[in-house]
Amino acid sequence: MMYFCLICHAPYNPVVSWQHVLTLRKPDILCEKCRRAFLLISGEICESCGRPFQHLDSSYRQGSLCIDCIRWQENEDWKDVLTKNRSVYLYNDFMKEVVSLWKFRGDYAMVKAFQDDFSCIFFQHFDDTFLLVPIPLSAERLYERGFNQAKALAELLNLPIHDILTRHHHEKQSKKSRRERLQTENLFQLAEPISLANRRIVLIDDIYTTGTTLRHAAKVLLEAGALSVSSFTLARG
Amino acid sequence: MRFIIENNRLIPEPLAKERWEEAMPINCFEHLPSFPIYPHFSFSAELLSFLEGKQLLLDELPFPIELLQAHYEQGYIRYEKGITKTTKGYRCERCGNGEAHFFASFFCARCQQRCTYCRKCITMGRVSGCTPLIVSCIPVKGQTYDNALHWHGTLSSGQQSAAEAVVQAIEHNEQLLVWAVCGAGKTEVLFPGINRALQLGKRVCIATPRMDVVLELAPRLKQAFPHLPVIALYGGSEDRGKTAPLVISTTHQLLRFYKAFDVMIIDEVDAFPYSVEPMLQYAVEKARKDPSSVIYLTATPNRKWQQDVKEGKLKAVTIPARYHGFPLPVPAFEWCGNWSKAVKKQSLPRNVLAWIHERLVGGKQAFLFVPNIELLEKIVAILKKLDAKIEGVHAEDPARKEKVAAFRKGELPLLVTTTILERGVTVPNIDVAVLGAEDRIFTEGALVQIAGRVGRSAQYPSGDVRFFHYGKTKEMIAAKQHIERMNKEAAKRGLLNTK
Repeated sequence: MMYFCLICHAPYNPVVSWQHVLTLRKPDILCEKCRRAFLLISGEICESCGRPFQHLDSSYRQGSLCIDCIRWQENEDWKDVLTKNRSVYLYNDFMKEVVSLWKFRGDYAMVKAFQDDFSCIFFQHFDDTFLLVPIPLSAERLYERGFNQAKALAELLNLPIHDILTRHHHEKQSKKSRRERLQTENLFQLAEPISLANRRIVLIDDIYTTGTTLRHAAKVLLEAGALSVSSFTLARG
Repeated sequence: MRFIIENNRLIPEPLAKERWEEAMPINCFEHLPSFPIYPHFSFSAELLSFLEGKQLLLDELPFPIELLQAHYEQGYIRYEKGITKTTKGYRCERCGNGEAHFFASFFCARCQQRCTYCRKCITMGRVSGCTPLIVSCIPVKGQTYDNALHWHGTLSSGQQSAAEAVVQAIEHNEQLLVWAVCGAGKTEVLFPGINRALQLGKRVCIATPRMDVVLELAPRLKQAFPHLPVIALYGGSEDRGKTAPLVISTTHQLLRFYKAFDVMIIDEVDAFPYSVEPMLQYAVEKARKDPSSVIYLTATPNRKWQQDVKEGKLKAVTIPARYHGFPLPVPAFEWCGNWSKAVKKQSLPRNVLAWIHERLVGGKQAFLFVPNIELLEKIVAILKKLDAKIEGVHAEDPARKEKVAAFRKGELPLLVTTTILERGVTVPNIDVAVLGAEDRIFTEGALVQIAGRVGRSAQYPSGDVRFFHYGKTKEMIAAKQHIERMNKEAAKRGLLNTK
């Protein structure tokens, strides 16, 4: 059978080892070259937001936290809103291209390329007692894209998904500066009034950039009684 | 977008007053009704001009759905299916893809069901089962331009006869292959033909597989036709959405056109990826009007093209001589033993090293072509011991542009390269060698193009072309014969300088 790489579409010979035969694991859907281009976050990271310290100037770091997280903690409104964030891949040029093709061009099928790593890393930091909440899109954006990328990621985990948030339509986040993002009013609300008493929650999203979106969502969930809100994203910008 | 059918007409879901629960994706309808043009309708000139000669997605049309629907009901536009079902699976009507591994499906928020989409042309916006393609029913009309050409150069006699053949083909809506050697000056050959087309009110498109060729051609054509609207289309181009009597486009951007051109000129027909991608063939067929002419330009037609010409299936005209009238340098073959074994031992065959040494000492710049990136890196490491300024380039080299620019400026004595530099790069006064000319990547076409790098300028019309090999191949022999045949024909037709 002929295999074509899910990303570069080139024909390739999948590496099949004894492990695949014994565990019935499927061979990789990516060619070796594309697979190698995904870089998992490893080594020392910011305890709070999961940002890798490697290649980060030491002036952006204080102890186990990065400067950005310290700033969040110094702000009365946002202190401890997000318990922690963990991310799977470095947001390098390759990753940016892949995410753009997947999310903006709308090549849904690319999500399968993330499956193994996304699931594996998730269970290193969280477990099935957490409530899985994907970051929603506004109705307008959802129609435009055809699918919600955060939900597509959540579906990779084979756990129940709780679509309990909705989002107002607003101009694109990526066009705003950090300051503007901080000042915008909360875009999220609960889809219906529910109590989240004593529940620990993991928000799922594609990219953690400044962490503002995730904190806005977390705030709504905390106000509904959640015990804690963490987040898990595909990449750390 | 979902639709309902009411009184034998399609109604988009947001405009349906009732029965919206029956709405279905467009590919679920067996037959899509369309209407004759109602002449008294006060149409939107803006919409029709935007859509002229195009086949677009709703997302690409900055007009409200109500306006589109009115034009549909009055017969001015048509809805078409983006994806159709076939006996084997699916077919993308925009790009012609029918290969199963280029389709995927997802739960679509637009049609609220599983929806199949084409992954092949996804960079142009997603076409899925519920995607309508919007087409104008008004035939594209051209405007006549009487004296658009303001070019004061002269054509060589080889160029002149080819230019006349191009004019003929355009006047009679015929197909023509212009087989012009590297350095013949094929762009100028098009000028009289394009001028004639404009006089006849024909629309012209020059399509090429590569964006850098679009960027190089556009200013030259704008200069030759200074008062004519000319647009250049490529990914990210600012001319998107515009129309003009002369369009220069990558083959990808051509996918948005529909029965738009009376003259299709396809540059470098043999260049990757045109010849291997049926999508681009599909794009050309869709974008041209019926009838229309197609002019193919190439220096290196593949065997199939050459065969078709021989059998008289395809009209062709050759320009066997360069514009400066000097013959093409003929490659010399030189056996160099098991060179890959030598590379493993961090060395190169003695005669190859001697060739390079001669160039370094004599101060003549040269390209050394090698079969692949892996070898390139090893060979560059070996050669850097001879001269640290020797560099290597390949397709994925981020410093590619800088290195080529440095070579042009004469800062690098030798550039080791993969086949990426086989086309387009013109540096005066250089020699060229191929190491491992027997490798499969060096086809007749590639070798002819490589040899074509030498002797391009009138000041330095000759140079050395050396194919180092470990066993001659048919491709090598065919390349040499190809070049010799062209020189012979040029001499016979009196196109060479006689001194």
